[in-house]
Amino acid sequence: MSEHNELAHHIVGPGVYVVILFALLVGTGLTVWASFVDLGLWNPVIALAIATTKAMLVVLYFMHVRYSSKLTMLTIGAGIFMFLVLISLTLADYISRAWGNW
Amino acid sequence: MPDNSAIAHGSPENSGDAHDEHPSYLRHHFNSVEQQADAAGFAMWLFLVTEVMFFGGLFTAYLIYRNWYYAAFVAGSHQLNVKWGTLNTLVLIVSSFTMAMGVWCSQTRRRSGLVLCLTLTFLLGLGFLGIKTIEYREKIEKHHVPGFHYSLQSFMDPQSEPEVYSEYHDKPLPLDMAVHTELYFSLYFLMTGMHALHMIIGLGILAFMILRARTGAYTSGHTTFVLNFGLYWHFIDIVWIYLFALLYLISRHA
Amino acid sequence: MSATIVSLPDQSTARIPKVNYITKENGILSWLLTSDHKRIAILYLISLTFFFFIGGALAGLIRLELLTPQTDLMATDTYNKVFTMHGVIMIFFFLVPSVPATLGNFLIPMMIGAKDLALPKINLLSWYLYMAGGILAIYTMATGGVDTGWTFTTPLSTHYVNTNVLTTGLAAFVAGFSSIFTGLNFIVTIHKMRAPGMTWFRLPLFVWAHYAASILMVLATPVVAIAIVLIALERTIGIGIFDPTKGGDPLLFQHLFWFYSHPAVYIMILPGMGVISETISTFSRKRVFGYTAVAFSSVAIAVFGFFVWAHHMFIMGISNYAVLVFSLLTMLVAVPSAIKIFNWTFTLYKGSITFETPMLYTFGFMGLFTIGGLTGVFLGTSGTDIHLTETYFIVAHFHFVMVGGMLMAFLGGLHFWWPKMTGRMYPEKISQLAAVVTFIGFVFTFFPQFILGTLGMPRRYASYPPEFQILNVFSTAGATILGVGYLLPVLYLVWSLKYGEIAGDNPWQATGLEWQTQSPPLTENFAEMPVMDHEAYDYEWLEAQNQKRQKEVISAG
Repeated sequence: MSEHNELAHHIVGPGVYVVILFALLVGTGLTVWASFVDLGLWNPVIALAIATTKAMLVVLYFMHVRYSSKLTMLTIGAGIFMFLVLISLTLADYISRAWGNW
Repeated sequence: MPDNSAIAHGSPENSGDAHDEHPSYLRHHFNSVEQQADAAGFAMWLFLVTEVMFFGGLFTAYLIYRNWYYAAFVAGSHQLNVKWGTLNTLVLIVSSFTMAMGVWCSQTRRRSGLVLCLTLTFLLGLGFLGIKTIEYREKIEKHHVPGFHYSLQSFMDPQSEPEVYSEYHDKPLPLDMAVHTELYFSLYFLMTGMHALHMIIGLGILAFMILRARTGAYTSGHTTFVLNFGLYWHFIDIVWIYLFALLYLISRHA
Repeated sequence: MSATIVSLPDQSTARIPKVNYITKENGILSWLLTSDHKRIAILYLISLTFFFFIGGALAGLIRLELLTPQTDLMATDTYNKVFTMHGVIMIFFFLVPSVPATLGNFLIPMMIGAKDLALPKINLLSWYLYMAGGILAIYTMATGGVDTGWTFTTPLSTHYVNTNVLTTGLAAFVAGFSSIFTGLNFIVTIHKMRAPGMTWFRLPLFVWAHYAASILMVLATPVVAIAIVLIALERTIGIGIFDPTKGGDPLLFQHLFWFYSHPAVYIMILPGMGVISETISTFSRKRVFGYTAVAFSSVAIAVFGFFVWAHHMFIMGISNYAVLVFSLLTMLVAVPSAIKIFNWTFTLYKGSITFETPMLYTFGFMGLFTIGGLTGVFLGTSGTDIHLTETYFIVAHFHFVMVGGMLMAFLGGLHFWWPKMTGRMYPEKISQLAAVVTFIGFVFTFFPQFILGTLGMPRRYASYPPEFQILNVFSTAGATILGVGYLLPVLYLVWSLKYGEIAGDNPWQATGLEWQTQSPPLTENFAEMPVMDHEAYDYEWLEAQNQKRQKEVISAG
């Protein structure tokens, strides 16, 4: 019955979860440490980069997206894309106000 | 290109397992358990996407005002206790781990394991809310709650708060920048409050699940509920990962 | 107009099938607690009609006031409340749910060969959320209304009015979740529950249109939800997020609000466009020209629709660079809509056109939506928008697309699928009359408003310079005719439930799985799961089916 079912939920084992847990804990420590170091403009970039990496680990492994269908990835992609559109086009207005009227 | 799992199978070609074909939890409008589970998972992902857009509005507001009032946001974030914030982050990450383990237990039919994992997740979630309560209480005591006797003293005279001052040696903010710290705290309470609300709902569902899990409801092949709740729980974790980075870690160097 | 494709069974022997979704169970609870998508669609139809007429009555009050240049019928504050509630009810409680919640709910499972939507209980929840929001809206009206305009512009709505902003916001918030759940349900259903052989490119274009609209519902609506939450907190606690005196920016609200409200107009029009694809094909006896282009243009409208929202904010204080960018992007979004109009027109070319009521509404749509859409392009060019915005030009533009477009499509679809939903035909002559009356009434009501707008009459004003009166009188006269045009269908459709001719399975000889089953349908839609073995709008296949059936009848007899 399950040869038709490509989503015969690949069962992710505890080993993977432990590794990811570890990575997330390390990431947390890293980001806290980095916030105490003066890296100027790079501080927010690094903080968001680490946060995004942690989020991706949760999405790919805890939420099984690594083993999921293209549709799932497309759905997530669409959500993230529209989220970025909201932020970037709105911010584009705010940032360009400072440029004055032409 | 047809999506294989979408096109249902007209006739039950598969032999045997007739009883497994139509378990009691298979709803009549679905043709197979796979189709039902597939649809439920997809529906959950779509719901999470709506949540992303819901929080998205708050993140937009945050990014705009942080850009405009950076000094106020730095000063405001120094008022947050990074130890509690880090602890909360760790608590949630571990709870995501226990939730994922719970999904594994459901898939491998380990009833007591599932109950244990769900209970741990619940307790960790409760712990998160407990820490948040401590943090909120501190904010209330220091009059940093917008709209409720909000006080600018910590920002215009940082030395009046020795514990924070000894860490960061903030310069006093001029009045017109200090007033914007209220905006920072509005966003802090809004974003963490909205997050906490989602956690409370999650804990409610989790409590219900623990009771059902004890009867073996999720360890006899019907893993959908646990799986999909897990997605919701991990989403809450991800939102916190970003909230922590944006609200707590703005600029902690002296 | 004697040529017709209507083919009804012999009325002396025809009967409504004994077992159908209406007769399956009796009692009010079997309707209020149903999970049958068809029953839920009927529940929506009844409640939508109710809210439509409330919104319409408010429109009547507006037009009555505007008969004279002075503010004489009602106080200015009251007028503000009337047009606000007209907008709130018509948009959130009529236009957004109209086609998706009635026709979409009823037909999508049938069109794809499924027994129900993927999440039937969530479907019912959607209706209850809609009703809760609607009751809140009525409560708002009963307790003094709200006068900020349906757009809740800050800081007016947060700091300067004492009216029911919060309850209206809550009503819209709740209705928004109804919409989100409907869209979510449709997306899951269309992806996961298609019958064997029903590939994406064999789907009726009605389904594609609803798929695109559902993407918008799911991705855009949550943003207006958070915007409403922020307004509520600003009004109650004064968090300062939209308050300039506290460093906030009122424009932030508008960004969040229009991020939803622009895609909302596509949520409103796309399902109507889906109806047009079906009717134009059936009444030209021809496949829709450029199926793939029409399908993809629906999705393109949905995607591009997310990039243009600030064209509602050109004069509000966004930066000139933002004005430039959003104006350019707005030019893009007109293209897929135009593609559809071209493809529908080419569908007509060399088709066998007949003029039954749904087709009359379709022609009305084609003309009026084109005008409305083109005037949208004028408004999208920021140079002209600066002069035309906040005038009656805008009012005319959106009424052309929403009423001349969407509402005509809804009525056309309602008539087209009425025989399927009820098993009965409506009376053809009076329905054709109603369609023509609606068209005439519409043009008289809203065309003068384009002129008024270019002459400079502002919108949302209860009084105006006396030289504008003649055009306003035309407009009000048209509104009266329009009202008649909308009232007639209610009367004769209800009449037809008892006295209409029996329709049979496929009175229009249409393709589409929904027409291959009885009218009204069974609760489970199909006696056995259909297999889709032909392309969409395949009239040759239909002809072959008919001949096969005739042979069977002959050999049986």
